[in-house]
Amino acid sequence: MRSLLKLVACCAVVAGMVGFVGESVAQNYDVKSPTMDAIKKRGELICGVDTGIPGFAYQDASGKWQGLDIAYCRAIAAALLGNPDKVKYIGTTSKVRFSVLQSGEIDVLIRDSTQTLTRNTELGLAFGGLNFFTGQAFMVKRSLNVAHVKELNGATICVLTGTTLELNIADYGRANNIKINTLLFERPEEAFAAAEAGRCDGYTDDGGSVAAARSAMKSPKDWLILPELISREFLGAYTRQGDDRWTILVRWVHHAMLEAEVLGITQANVDDIKKSATNPEVRGFLGLEENFGKKLGVDNEWAYRIVKAVGNYGENYDKYFGPLELPRGWNELYTKGGLQYPLPWR
Amino acid sequence: MIRQPSRRAKIGQWLLLLAIVAGGWLIVENVSENLARKNLHFGFGFLEQQSHFDIPFHLISWTVFNTYGRALLVSLLNTVLVSALAIVTASLLGLLVGVMRLSVNWLVRNIALCYIEFVRNTPQLVQIIFWYVGVLQALPSPRQSIVFPGGILLNIRGLYIPDAVMNPGLEWLSWLALALVVATPFVWRLRVRGERIGSKALLLPLLAVACFAAGVDQVVYPELKGFNLAGGTQVPPELVALWMGIAIYASAFIAEIVRGSIEAIPKGQHEAALSIGLHSWQRLALVILPQALRIMVPQMTSQYLNIIKSSSLGAAIAYPEVFAIFTGTVLNQANKEIETILIVVAIFVTLNLLTSMMMNWYNRRVALVER
Amino acid sequence: MTVQPEGYAPGIGYDDRAPDRIEGAIPRAIDWLRRSFFGSLGNTALTLAVLGFLFLVLPPLIRWMVTDATISGTTKAACAGDGACWTFIRMRLPLFFYGHYPPEQVWRVDLTGVLLAAFSVPVLRDGTRRRGFWVLMLLTAFPALAGILLVGGVLGLPFVDTTQWGGLMLDVLVAFVVVAGSLPLGILLALGRRSELIVVKTLSICFIELWRAVPLLAVLIISALMIPLFLPEGVHIDRLIRALVGLILFNAAYMAETVRGGLQGVSMGQEEAAYSVGMPWWQVQVFVVLPQALRHVMPGIVNNVVDLFKDTTLITIIGLFDVLGAINQALKDPAWLGFAREGYVFTMVMFFVCCFAMSTYARRMERRLNRHKTGRK
Repeated sequence: MRSLLKLVACCAVVAGMVGFVGESVAQNYDVKSPTMDAIKKRGELICGVDTGIPGFAYQDASGKWQGLDIAYCRAIAAALLGNPDKVKYIGTTSKVRFSVLQSGEIDVLIRDSTQTLTRNTELGLAFGGLNFFTGQAFMVKRSLNVAHVKELNGATICVLTGTTLELNIADYGRANNIKINTLLFERPEEAFAAAEAGRCDGYTDDGGSVAAARSAMKSPKDWLILPELISREFLGAYTRQGDDRWTILVRWVHHAMLEAEVLGITQANVDDIKKSATNPEVRGFLGLEENFGKKLGVDNEWAYRIVKAVGNYGENYDKYFGPLELPRGWNELYTKGGLQYPLPWR
Repeated sequence: MIRQPSRRAKIGQWLLLLAIVAGGWLIVENVSENLARKNLHFGFGFLEQQSHFDIPFHLISWTVFNTYGRALLVSLLNTVLVSALAIVTASLLGLLVGVMRLSVNWLVRNIALCYIEFVRNTPQLVQIIFWYVGVLQALPSPRQSIVFPGGILLNIRGLYIPDAVMNPGLEWLSWLALALVVATPFVWRLRVRGERIGSKALLLPLLAVACFAAGVDQVVYPELKGFNLAGGTQVPPELVALWMGIAIYASAFIAEIVRGSIEAIPKGQHEAALSIGLHSWQRLALVILPQALRIMVPQMTSQYLNIIKSSSLGAAIAYPEVFAIFTGTVLNQANKEIETILIVVAIFVTLNLLTSMMMNWYNRRVALVER
Repeated sequence: MTVQPEGYAPGIGYDDRAPDRIEGAIPRAIDWLRRSFFGSLGNTALTLAVLGFLFLVLPPLIRWMVTDATISGTTKAACAGDGACWTFIRMRLPLFFYGHYPPEQVWRVDLTGVLLAAFSVPVLRDGTRRRGFWVLMLLTAFPALAGILLVGGVLGLPFVDTTQWGGLMLDVLVAFVVVAGSLPLGILLALGRRSELIVVKTLSICFIELWRAVPLLAVLIISALMIPLFLPEGVHIDRLIRALVGLILFNAAYMAETVRGGLQGVSMGQEEAAYSVGMPWWQVQVFVVLPQALRHVMPGIVNNVVDLFKDTTLITIIGLFDVLGAINQALKDPAWLGFAREGYVFTMVMFFVCCFAMSTYARRMERRLNRHKTGRK
């Protein structure tokens, strides 16, 4: 009798322990992130963006922000807060962009900024998703009859100060034994005006911004973008170090947009697919199975909301860089020979 | 002193000092905390790092291997150059417009008034950008340069002046020539046996030209090679635009100062000068202006300081002065915000003090010595 | 100053021939023209040179700005002519004036502008009694009203975030806040500089000299980059507020110098009399010295305000969206490319109108104040 009682007691204790552990395991998607908490408390994401460059981030005639970086911001807001419009955009110049992030004024910096070793270490910043693969490109007038960057020996090029660009030009010149003179401008408007007037032989910036600059010229057809890229400029989001879960979420929002394109889900067909999905990968993506969202600290419909709000990566690229006539090139999906790849989810 | 400050006030001032020192200490604490958090260190060692960027306009030699310290020196020289040019131009122009403001001729008077009012009431940054955009758009491309006699070329890349290459052993002749030219005004005023040397001192510049010409080996003319003109010294349009922008803006204020000073001279001086038969330009140069100078100098000092400070606007039009290079490129590459800004502030304070000291010395020389 | 005899033109080169009594208005006018324009050989040459210059410059300018210019239409295609394209300006005018303020709420900005004028008039007018009361109203009641109107969120007015403020409105706002903040601080510094307390005097002089030596751009960059480093972790101050603080400190130094001139102009006897009646220091300054000093340097203060208003265009370099930023953004719009000249000319004209009005007012004030010196009405 006593052994039976002992057995029952043991079972009860074990059952209790299993139940307790099981319960805590079941609800243990407790994600600790001060930034995410602050954003949820504020009810608004504060996104640092460019002050105005076609393609990446610009305000249209009615004052609404548009662009690839803006789409990324809206996607994060849709994932975390459920509403893509709950974003405050702070335009930053290249001079102040990193200190604004470091000081905590913005939550994330998505401002066509190259991800480099120095910034990862000296500035104490972490990398979010890489949303634009490009390099430093040159734009010259067609009338100069120049076909390659090596032919620019002795030329003067307009550059914006405060970026990796002026260093790259010096390094390229040294490596190839040519001399390219630079004119350093504080703001792009004066740089464009000088290039337009012929003060310098061309303009240089990362590939996306050069395409944007070309669209801002009086007659874009007069300008040729040279084929060589003299450096790697892989542009992406920056966050502060020390808040890993926030950085992880930011990174996976970008991967979600890529995954949507791989799976063929667009803004238009996401609702239909949600109703009729059978592919387990699609179902996991849309939150019908698995708990990917909860693992990240958001709810499971996060990817569905992202695609509903902004569409997939390809849609956004075509919408903002299509008019600038910049082919996807490196920004194509890996399935088509490009560098954009979403990491597997499971 | 009308009355002694109360004891309460005397104690209070020391408490105020204490409060300020405490506040400063708090700020320093916060700064070191924030720097430590970001793994940054305070130090001026970055001045010895290589810069790896190009400065388009430099008065002394510059390569991409030079250090940040040398970048500071190069950009500082650029600042001093544009400030000096602007000070001279603004003074002369301001003097001219100020005198025009007091002319008998109604047309001349009012043209000067329109000029002064328009320039004083529009923002300086917009004026400088306008000069740059206006200057740029007016000049032709290098392939169609305007040619001046003597081989001087003018185009959108700048003003190209032929370079005189000195014979290798005779470079000291060019320094001698420069010294002779600089010494001319001093020699002019020198008194030998009671008499001023005066216009005989003009021999010195002639001697200087002769020295220079003797040492010249060959003259390099600017010509079109590839994209740009090669050879010759280049005066970039950024320099010209900034110089004109600053000088014109300051000249409007200086014109008002000149006018006020001249109007403050008692009427009796005009009448006395008239009565001994001087006509208008002689009156102006010999009687009125020397006296007006006395009144003008303190006010001119603040205008000159403003000119030095406005050279910082060169950052907007790609002129490589201290602001553009140091708080632009170097700040971004080296990530040493506090040190960079401290250096720049120290530079401007020093320039400020030097100019004030020079002007004060000049003021004391021309001031009326009263009992 | 002696009274000018009739017939003499003012200035240094005045006519030294004896004036004949010329009867009749027209002959007198002709005589004036002759003396003014063709009095001497040099004068004649000058007149011809100026006329030549005007004929060269004015007709193309007027042609570009007025006769060949287009102001009608709504698209770039309407600007087919050679002249300036004012259509571009007209279409984007709300952007230049209000930034991205919601269009239906723009009446709030207009109302704030009207209130500013209404509150300033008694302060600047010559004959107001109890000017101190109106100054107090301008510095307390008006900012409260303006804050409610511009920001909203109460009284049924929808909330408008400060990041949507921009254009000329932002410049005026910055100028007002900076003047309101720097005037009291400048007065304190000027009084401190004259003080007999050695610590206060040294601190004031150091502050004034330091801030006057530094360019305004440096102040703005310090406010954008360095102030965040001074603050303890977790404390964030909005970028606009930081710029305002920097500008206030900067302008206070200049105000202090202006006010110092006025303080020196108040005769010693006033202070002595006040002290002999038994007033403490602060009462002497507030009731006796400052009212006289400020009255005399009002023109100087207004000139300081004009300079500050022009310098607010520099905030575009730290990324704040003022009128220059608005123009640059409008220039990048693909629908309206290539009208940089019109944009900058429009900015200059706008600033000219505002600043000229203010400086003319200052000049008139100065002449009125100096009336008792010259004896002229």
